[in-house]
Amino acid sequence: MTIQFNDETFRGAYTFKNSEWALKRFPFPFHEDSYMYSVNMEQHKGGPAGSIYEKRFDVDEHYLSEMRDRAEVLKEDPLRCQSLPNMTLAGWDLLELIMVSKSEDYPDMFELQRKGDKWRWINKPMGIDDSFTFLDEATLPFGPMEYITRQTQGDFVVLDQRDENLWMDAGMVTTQADWSLDFDIGMNFFEWHAPVPKAHEMGIFVRALKFLLNVQQGAPARRLNWTMTVNPLLDTSPENYHKWGTQKRTITANNIGEKQHLRVELQTFFRLPRSNALVFPIRCYLASFDDLMTVPKWGRRLHRVIRDLPEELATYKGFIDNRPMMLDYLSKFDDGKPTSNGIWPDRETEPLRD
Amino acid sequence: MSNFSFPESIKSRPTYARLEPRAGKSYLFVADAEGAEAIIDLASNDKSLMSKSHVIYIPKNTGKKYTLQLEKLNINQLYIGPSYSAAQSRLRHTLVSSHMGLQLYLSGTEGLIGQAQRDAMVAGIPHTAIQSEHRGSIGRRMQCVHCKGITEDVDIDPYVCSHCGLSLFVRDHYSRRLAAFQGVCIDAEEPGNIPTAVELYK
Amino acid sequence: MSGSEKINVKVSKIVLLNDLVTRFEFKRIDGELFPTFSGGAHTIVEMKDGGITRRNPYSLMSDPMDQHSYAISVRRDDEGRGGSLFMHNNVKVSDDMVLSYPVNLFSLDLRAKKHLMIAGGIGITPFMAQIKQLDRSHGNWELHYSARSPSLSAYADDLVSMHPNDVHMYYDSENKSIDLENLLDGQPLGTHLYICGPKGMIDWAVGQAVNLGWPNEVIHYEEFLAPKPGKPFQVMLSASNKLVSVGETESLLEAIEREGVDAPYLCRGGACGQCETVVIEAEGEFIHMDHWLEDKEKLSRKKIMPCVSRFDGKTLVLDR
Repeated sequence: MTIQFNDETFRGAYTFKNSEWALKRFPFPFHEDSYMYSVNMEQHKGGPAGSIYEKRFDVDEHYLSEMRDRAEVLKEDPLRCQSLPNMTLAGWDLLELIMVSKSEDYPDMFELQRKGDKWRWINKPMGIDDSFTFLDEATLPFGPMEYITRQTQGDFVVLDQRDENLWMDAGMVTTQADWSLDFDIGMNFFEWHAPVPKAHEMGIFVRALKFLLNVQQGAPARRLNWTMTVNPLLDTSPENYHKWGTQKRTITANNIGEKQHLRVELQTFFRLPRSNALVFPIRCYLASFDDLMTVPKWGRRLHRVIRDLPEELATYKGFIDNRPMMLDYLSKFDDGKPTSNGIWPDRETEPLRD
Repeated sequence: MSNFSFPESIKSRPTYARLEPRAGKSYLFVADAEGAEAIIDLASNDKSLMSKSHVIYIPKNTGKKYTLQLEKLNINQLYIGPSYSAAQSRLRHTLVSSHMGLQLYLSGTEGLIGQAQRDAMVAGIPHTAIQSEHRGSIGRRMQCVHCKGITEDVDIDPYVCSHCGLSLFVRDHYSRRLAAFQGVCIDAEEPGNIPTAVELYK
Repeated sequence: MSGSEKINVKVSKIVLLNDLVTRFEFKRIDGELFPTFSGGAHTIVEMKDGGITRRNPYSLMSDPMDQHSYAISVRRDDEGRGGSLFMHNNVKVSDDMVLSYPVNLFSLDLRAKKHLMIAGGIGITPFMAQIKQLDRSHGNWELHYSARSPSLSAYADDLVSMHPNDVHMYYDSENKSIDLENLLDGQPLGTHLYICGPKGMIDWAVGQAVNLGWPNEVIHYEEFLAPKPGKPFQVMLSASNKLVSVGETESLLEAIEREGVDAPYLCRGGACGQCETVVIEAEGEFIHMDHWLEDKEKLSRKKIMPCVSRFDGKTLVLDR
């Protein structure tokens, strides 16, 4: 196998770390020196070799540890994975999409054998070898969505399309940026985004919905989103907020580089063929400030973005209280030089000349 | 007057309108407390409606204030019960044995409207096809996002979860499936730092 | 890119079902599997008809589980612009053709406790795939299918023999029509209604259901408007700076495409809203044929759906 999997934790002692390889391919989410909402959708049809855009479902060094973390979350709270009764077919769609994609994109790790509806799925990293009957729930240990998303990094939200809207009717959500599937399941696109400030008034959600309703089979789309997390904690759930909330106040000038993480979501959108539903995978990537600062362009840019971010957004993203300390730290990496467009590190060409 | 005009809020927060007559094959009303006034108003606009209707009414703390008036409306089938949960099996039975064309009218507190709406959605009525009019108390049905326990008739913010005891702030984020607003720990980042509770909308 | 992804296919079989309807079956040229689809989906068939590329939508009526072939059924329309005539007269077995990936604007609502289907004539086709999908999941459905006569009722015999209790036939020739009011009256709560057929039938069925208090959210219908022929007219495409003549038997969208101007589309039947185009200037009458724009928008003279709508007048300038 080509990937060396880390043995790490996203809780307790927080032994999570990014290798040089992982940091190099980290999806830094700012393509310019400022940030505002936009419907920043593009086609999800591959990307530079080795980048997180290359494969349909990216597998990286955190795979096994993330799956272990997910299993722990589900043991504690099974409500993190739910599917309303109308979504079973979409669950099979998702299982098929992931199994086909992963076995084609990573043949050394995943294998899918199909004879009619008799399927055999081999997941070598996780040591799984299961035979089952496609579309027969009785032949799998979990429902189809739960089965495959216990083996795939990132959260998954499955949206039913009806009445010119998208309805969040199923999901596997254990690495979320502070929202509850158990609470939001059954809501439409505008309702589950209701708590987001400003974007409704800007018409962002109306345009985004129009785009998503027209995502077609064979033509998936993607975008990046971001927030901040103290400690590499994947499960920043509202359910456990009373347990992890105090961690946000443990930042000091001495530990901020190590503890403060930029949390980036690669959001992709695939039309599911058999159900006409839409799946919305939300893959979370974490990187500490210290690690990010090893890329000079990212250092300059992150300082400018955080400094100029409107107060409402910093509040919504939950770091308004820590912003002054972040800026003290980040300003040391900003020499005021211009930066190149785009999200890539551009180590060879940075800094641009004045 | 039992009407309250809620300030504009986020898009997940339910909104209410006045009940109005609509074409249908049969009519079911579920109401609590001052919600009876909405039925009485509708009945005065459309006299023939009540003779085709089934009304499930829970007086709550209004005692006999409205029951006498309801009894005079010539309602085809009038049930007056002590609580929503007592009335629930009757409501569910009525829904599953109903046919398409049923018109459902809900009136009263947000807790009653939300729970009846949830039972009706399970039975197959789209939530947008259900009319609802808020009357009376502005107390809310809250879910603690941490322990999942429901606290009824919450009219202060923050409030104490009646199950796990955490102090929770009252959000406008609302789940139709749970028939509840969301309560979130208010002192999660600084335990013990709990502001004094204030009355909602005061 | 306009429309959806494309698939190169060969015509593998042509079956004459009756005087008007013919089934066409397709295999992929690259030997790969077809994408699966959901019942009610359509494909856009590209036809090279002389200098014109026609793109007509047809409901996929094969089994959604079958990834080895796709099938459509085409009713010959002697009055139409020629798309169906082209399929009937010019397409031969083993011809190469291009299909789009499936797009569904008429999908089942899987929350329904019962699916009540009303078909008129060739409107049976999307239900063929939906019934196969529902059978696979033990769904609760019932079909009421009306046709002119037994000899013009495509697939009726198959449907009745496979589902004798769920399929109900009505023939004009026998003076039998659907007693819709009674049919709707007894349906259990949670029933969804699906209608596919001529416009008159859709209006009638939707109107009845609404009058009986059925909510809009449970009423689903699909009406493909074949673009109608009309008087030729000229259009100025402002962004691409081209003056284009729209012929009698081509649509405005087809004329735009013929000139090499890329324009978005999905359904090509006035239903999906994708091709909505801004009108910059107009002197003359709009012939709006779509059911996408609101009446208000049609009156505003600021928007047109070029897949089905036309223009009669001196000047039309579009932002395209």
